[in-house]
Amino acid sequence: MMRMSPSEIRLAVAGIAVLAALATLPLFDNGYYLTISLNIVLYAALCTAWTLFSGPTHYISLATAAFSGLGTYTVALGIDALPFPLLVVAGGIVAAAMAGLVGAATLRISGIYFVIFTLGLTELIRQIVTRVQTKFGKSTGLYVFTDFTEAHIYWMLLGLTAAIFLTGWLITRSRLGFALEVIGEDEEVARHVGIDTARMKIVLFMISGAFIGMAGAMLAPRYSYVEPPSAFNPMISFLVVIMALLGGTRRFWGPLIGVIPFTILMDLVSVYFPNDSSIVIGIAFLIIVYLLPQGLTGRLEQLWARMRHPQEHDKAAAAGERP
Amino acid sequence: MEIIVTGVLLGGTYALIALGLTLQYGVARIMNLATGETFLAACFLAFWLFTAYAVNPFWGLAVIAPLAFVANWAIYLFLLQPLVNRAKDEAMLEVDTILATFGLLFLVQGLLLRTFGGAYMSYTFLAERFELFGSQYGLNRVVAFLAALLIAAALYVFLYRTRYGTAMRAVAGNPHSAHLVGIDVARMAGLAFALGGAITACGGTLLSTFYTFDASMGVVFTIKALIIVIMGGVGDVRGAAIAAVILGVTETAIASLVDPGLTLASTYALFTLVLLFRPQGIFGTRRS
Repeated sequence: MMRMSPSEIRLAVAGIAVLAALATLPLFDNGYYLTISLNIVLYAALCTAWTLFSGPTHYISLATAAFSGLGTYTVALGIDALPFPLLVVAGGIVAAAMAGLVGAATLRISGIYFVIFTLGLTELIRQIVTRVQTKFGKSTGLYVFTDFTEAHIYWMLLGLTAAIFLTGWLITRSRLGFALEVIGEDEEVARHVGIDTARMKIVLFMISGAFIGMAGAMLAPRYSYVEPPSAFNPMISFLVVIMALLGGTRRFWGPLIGVIPFTILMDLVSVYFPNDSSIVIGIAFLIIVYLLPQGLTGRLEQLWARMRHPQEHDKAAAAGERP
Repeated sequence: MEIIVTGVLLGGTYALIALGLTLQYGVARIMNLATGETFLAACFLAFWLFTAYAVNPFWGLAVIAPLAFVANWAIYLFLLQPLVNRAKDEAMLEVDTILATFGLLFLVQGLLLRTFGGAYMSYTFLAERFELFGSQYGLNRVVAFLAALLIAAALYVFLYRTRYGTAMRAVAGNPHSAHLVGIDVARMAGLAFALGGAITACGGTLLSTFYTFDASMGVVFTIKALIIVIMGGVGDVRGAAIAAVILGVTETAIASLVDPGLTLASTYALFTLVLLFRPQGIFGTRRS
């Protein structure tokens, strides 16, 4: 039995209360607010899963759309043959396997190769799936008929997000989490004390990929007709990077702070400026790099520290340290 | 034979975008993920000059290349140099430049979409037949290849036969020692970034004479350029040229023998082979 500190117990109780409150949302509204909340929960799941890997390693993964698309496709292919929960697990396994392959090819060498490889991964898988479908299938799309409503998908994704948080917490308490902490401090030291740094990163990438694949699988009933261009949409990967970094990745819950405003913003943009989403995304990236390098949570923490200890902050600033 | 010639001709323009990127990454140490957008912007400019003012794309080069030089220099000075100055280590600079150039990527893409729309573009220029080794090829492709060859040769002469070029190679080799022998490293990095952008834009202008393009294609060109640069070894002009031809031939072979929809897959297959067997590049030496 793992022991929890009082503050962790308080956090867990608060988390469960928030979760329970959020779960009642479909009882009040089944229209616009549920749709936008579903998007928020989806991106919350994707961004937290992304942060599981990219937070401690600082590698920018653009494979999100590829993993979630694989999850969606797994469901679409098997929906007539297997029960849905099994397919969700299968989607996670397929995505984790892909993450393992990508990680094995690139994470042993250097971070930049990893970014480049994931940059085109979604497009690559889309091309291959399209090719296989046109060659062996009858059409390029697949139908997904289920009894699930938006409320069901919302609940599933909410549960998944909770599971990701739990996993993240368990990782910090495990050998993997300890190894990651050492790697984060100094990778050279980590290697010298006998940590297989590449393997740790690959395992972490697979865990993150599995959750993203499961999120994609849960989303499949929403499409009803799954086609390669909609399932493998590279834009999702970029949005996840923006939201997670906008929130800040130093705290595990940081991405949530970015997900809520940005999902709403993108929704407004798609209504009022449907052709200019690229410009908005471009500006968002520039704002993150130049104005919010630690994310909103980092900026809030800075302000908080300054309000609580104004003198200490001044001393730290005088010494040339970051507060 | 036809496949090889077509592939080599295509490789010529790929070589230019890769040479531009290898200068930007090798000398200026900026991983420019918006390089495909520079390339595409040049395609669109050449298209606009040709259709609106009937400007021959080869004269268009004389406008587009200096414009790209100035634009890229400004991007380096105002956007990237602040990141170089604030970075505490290389890893931090890498993440910052990746994110900043992603911002540029989407900004340029959005502006291109706004100005030219999302349709596929192409124009007819020198679309005559040209006979080579007993087969017919588009004259525009042959001329574009020769022009690319000329530009690449000029770059080679600049890098290996002039003082400025030697200074740039010194910075690429080791910025610290370059600084010690009195080279203004920051200035050289800016110039290399600008020159790289200009060469990339030349590649785009040449490609537009025989290729159909649209505003969202930039990322694909970026990926191709990155893979060529890695295959050839970062900062290696010779390697990039050869890798570009290998990529051009492989792509043409897959497109004409298997399926035109799988060009990116063939690029990735090459990339994976390089990562597994020669991550330091074809001519690269293993770093200790």
